[in-house]
Amino acid sequence: MKTFSEAARMEASALMERYPTRMAALIPIMFIAQREFGHIDEEAEKVIAELMDISPVSVREVSGFYFMIHKHPPGKYHLQICHNISCTIMAAEKLLTWVKDELGIEDGQRTGDALFSLERVECLGACDLAPVMLVNETLYTNLTLEKFTRIIDALKNGKIPED
Amino acid sequence: MPELKLLSRNFHHPDQRDLQAALNRGAYQQLKRVLAEKTAPEAIIEEVKAAKLRGQGGAGFPAGMKWSFVPKGTDKPKYLCVNGDESEPGTFKDKVILENDPHLLIEGAALCCYAVGIHTAYIYIRGEYHEPQRIVRQAVADAYEAGFLGKNIFDSGFDLDVIVHTGAGAYICGEETALLNSLEGLKGWPRIRPPFPAVKGAFACPTVINNVETLSCVVRILEMGGEAYRKVGTEKDGGTKLFAVSGHVEKPGTYELPMGSSLKELIFDICGGVKGGKKLKAVIPGGSSTPVLKADEVDVTLEFEAMMAAGTMLGSGAAIVLDETVSIPEIFTVTARFYAHESCGQCTQCREGCTWLYKLGLKILGGHGKPADLDLILDLADQMDGKQTVCPLGPACAMPCRAFVQKFRDEFLSLMKS
Repeated sequence: MKTFSEAARMEASALMERYPTRMAALIPIMFIAQREFGHIDEEAEKVIAELMDISPVSVREVSGFYFMIHKHPPGKYHLQICHNISCTIMAAEKLLTWVKDELGIEDGQRTGDALFSLERVECLGACDLAPVMLVNETLYTNLTLEKFTRIIDALKNGKIPED
Repeated sequence: MPELKLLSRNFHHPDQRDLQAALNRGAYQQLKRVLAEKTAPEAIIEEVKAAKLRGQGGAGFPAGMKWSFVPKGTDKPKYLCVNGDESEPGTFKDKVILENDPHLLIEGAALCCYAVGIHTAYIYIRGEYHEPQRIVRQAVADAYEAGFLGKNIFDSGFDLDVIVHTGAGAYICGEETALLNSLEGLKGWPRIRPPFPAVKGAFACPTVINNVETLSCVVRILEMGGEAYRKVGTEKDGGTKLFAVSGHVEKPGTYELPMGSSLKELIFDICGGVKGGKKLKAVIPGGSSTPVLKADEVDVTLEFEAMMAAGTMLGSGAAIVLDETVSIPEIFTVTARFYAHESCGQCTQCREGCTWLYKLGLKILGGHGKPADLDLILDLADQMDGKQTVCPLGPACAMPCRAFVQKFRDEFLSLMKS
């Protein structure tokens, strides 16, 4: 059975005190759970529900709605590639083929070693720097094949390069 | 008209996000003055009305009027929700404020709270904006530490709590009532109005919801005076606006221009024209939901009503420039895919219509389209745009899709002949 760490539990308790309703802390607590467990599956939903004293279905309804809540375990490095208008016209589809060539994965897939996963995403709000990619919480901009390869190589070596 | 840096005058200072550096450049002076002088809250609302400040998130609703809708004699708490869920494709101007001058937003939000009698503000920032979240959280913490937020600010007796809250990935949460539900820990389904948020918003209490840029403008309005601020812009749209330009221009980025500037000048003078000397094909002028302008239609004025007269919208001020190599049917399909992905599923026209438009786009791109499909697209767009939905997401998909087909019909047909 999954359990929250003591630090996470305290953080969650503080959040529930912070808003006029306990329910308002659900999304922030979901992010804490995601940090703890990697993704939100049925068991994690129950743990959150128990902690917040709400029904598991209330958690399910919300977790299912938001795209940043992972329903399956992502890779250590979760690549999110924008395929909206500005990135499309600046060759985002090429970027997606580079991922396939380099890592052998497509949208929604994870590499066998669990190091990388790929998700096509909508506009990341960096259209002037297209094409762009988020790796976990780091944004990479103006991507070329050379720059993309350099980033992936660094990540394979455990280094998070600067943009 | 050239650039005019009112709002963005400190954006280029790398240390502007640090409180002391911001203070040296005049941050929090308006809040301090208003609290010291015990300015009548109504007087601030009147300045904002006189400034003709309109909602900069896309809808353009007059901000001062929005504030005055909040009931005065209520015994319920009132809230401010700062809408930093910037997700309209092409738009990145709020991010520039959040990253480069977070104290400007915090001061603007505090001024709004003082004017409306609010003691709790939530800054809702979209989940994917990791760096802006970190910067704003730090700025809020610094402002508390310095006594500019919290209890008894500047010994005035005015209290204000500011809480940074983040979204979790859903375009619809930029719609103000969906944002309220998201803030309350629910899925981001827009609410039926009335009641309007000013009467019954966050936690069923009176609530003001304003865009990041809108609130940031309030600081400059109080610095300059409402009338002087308005004069920078036009009769109905006061002051300046941040325009985010992306796509095929030499110098994409964010530019601040007076309201009433020319879209053509923005693209050809300020942004250096079409990239690589190619020809302009079209411009999506105000975010992905605004109807496209053809190359010979871009000589328009950047103000809310003039853009409507030109058959499009100013929207969020996010212009996406498309050169002659771009396939409009592909942009149609990408646009419909986006709205199909982001529809909350609550209303039939939007839920089914967006997906249907996307599938028609795929069919045409795949060479299987028929001319009748174009009439079907226009028919669908009319049904989705019929004002019978809870929120404007369906129309936001219908409007650009219709314009792509109406203005570039031959290009769609050419994919059918081959």
